[in-house]
Amino acid sequence: MKKCEAFIIGGSAGSLEVLLKVLPLIDPAITFPIVIVIHRKHGTDSLLPDLLSSRTTLRVKEVDEKEVLAAGTIYIAPSDYHLLIEQDHTFSLDYSEKINYSRPSIDATFQTAAEVYKDKLVCLLLSGSNSDGVNGLKMVKFWNGLATIQDPETAQVAYMPAQAKLLVKIDRVLRIEDVAEFINSLNFI
Amino acid sequence: MNLDAPVISDEQVEILLSDLLEQYGYDFTGYSRASLKRRITRLYSLDKALSFAEFRYKVNNDSAYFKRFVEQITVNVTEMFRDPQFFKTLRDEILPKLGTYPLIRIWIAGCSTGEEAYSISIILKELNLLHKSLIYATDLNPAVLEKAGLSMFAMSQMKQYSENYILSGGIKDFSSYYTANYSLAKFDSELKSKIIFSTHNLVSDHSFNEFQLILCRNVLIYFDRELQHQVLDLFDESLEDLGYLALGTKETVDFSGISKKYKRLQGNKIWRKTT
Repeated sequence: MKKCEAFIIGGSAGSLEVLLKVLPLIDPAITFPIVIVIHRKHGTDSLLPDLLSSRTTLRVKEVDEKEVLAAGTIYIAPSDYHLLIEQDHTFSLDYSEKINYSRPSIDATFQTAAEVYKDKLVCLLLSGSNSDGVNGLKMVKFWNGLATIQDPETAQVAYMPAQAKLLVKIDRVLRIEDVAEFINSLNFI
Repeated sequence: MNLDAPVISDEQVEILLSDLLEQYGYDFTGYSRASLKRRITRLYSLDKALSFAEFRYKVNNDSAYFKRFVEQITVNVTEMFRDPQFFKTLRDEILPKLGTYPLIRIWIAGCSTGEEAYSISIILKELNLLHKSLIYATDLNPAVLEKAGLSMFAMSQMKQYSENYILSGGIKDFSSYYTANYSLAKFDSELKSKIIFSTHNLVSDHSFNEFQLILCRNVLIYFDRELQHQVLDLFDESLEDLGYLALGTKETVDFSGISKKYKRLQGNKIWRKTT
C-alpha cells in the first residue's frame, strides 16, 4: 500500500448509522478525499449531504459532474446516477442500467476508481442486503488497492460485507468503533 | 459485470474510437472515457468476444455489428415523465407561455427511444396545444429512433410511468393513452402525429432549425467539458430569443461561454435565453 489518495465507502441498508458514528471522529486534516456511495431512494437529494455535514467539520458535498477530487472533502454520490472516476481524477456521472438493482452502484465506483488510483486506493464496504460492491472489491484487489469491510458481525444487515468476505481476499475487517481510527491512520502511511 | 480482471485497456478503447472515426465518421473522442470503457467492456463480455483483435475486426468490417456496437456503447436508458417535477414546470409554466406562439417548435436532442417525446406530446395534448406544435426528436443512433417510431413501450413500465405522470400534474387516467397488447403498451397514434424522429449527431451535425424549447437531459454528462461547450453553443444557435433550454438534474450551462446570456428558472434545470 502506497500513500492513500482516495478512500471510498460503499453501503446499503444499515450503513447510514455507521457513517453517522464514524464521521465525527475523522481527522479534519486528512490528506485524501472520501467518497460515499450509498443506496437511497431517488428524489431525496439534498437531505443526505446536510445530514452528514452536521456530523463533521470537513466539507461535505454532493458530487457535481466533472468535479476534481480534492483532499479533505467528503463527496456524496447523487441519487439515481452511477458515479464514475476518470483518469484525470474527476468525477463523471452515468445514467445507464441499474447494476445489482442499484443506481448508484457501488461496483461502478469501486471499479473505475481501482483503475485510476490502483495501489493508492482504499475501499470500505459497509452493511447492506445485496452484493453490490463485491465485484468492485475484486477489481480493487486486482489493481493492488486495499479492500476493507465492516465486520459482518457488527453490521445491521450482514449480507453485503459477508459476501465480500466470502468472495474477496479482504485486507481488513473493521468493527464500527475502529473505522475512524483506521481512516485517520492512513494519513501517516 | 462479473469481471475479476479488466478485459479492455485504455489503449484499446482509444484504438476503437479512432477506428469509428476513420471507418464510419462517428466521433466519440469527446466522450468521457470511464463510461465508454465500461460500456465497451460490457459489450465485449456480453458477446463473448474471443480476443480484442476479433472484436475490433467485427466492429470495423461487419456493418450489422457496428450498429450494435454504437447502440450498446451509448446509454439509452430513459423513462416517461422522469423527474415529474420537471414535467410539472413544463406543464404549468413553460408550455402555456409558448402557447401564445402560432407554432411551437421543440427539439429533444438525444431522445433515445422516445419516452420524453411522448411525455411532452401528452402534456401538449392536455393543454390543447398539440395541433400547433412540432417536436423534433433526434438521436445519433438510427436503431433507437426506429424503436421510438413504433410508439410501443413495455407494459411492465406503465405503473411507474403512470405514477410519474400523476406526480407531474397529469389529471387523466394514464391508461387512456395506450392499449395493452400482451407485454407492450401501444400509444395513441395522435401522440406521434406531431413528432418528427430524425438522426442528428450533436458532435458533428449543425443547427437545423430555430426552437422555443430545447430539451437535452442526461446527454451532456457523457461528454467532456470541451464537447459540452461546443454542444451548448449549438443549442444557443438553435434557440430563439426568450427560448428555454432544459438540461438534466446534474447538468448546467455554468462555466460555458453561453452562461451570461441565460437566466436560470428558480428550482429547475431550465434556462431562459435573454436578449
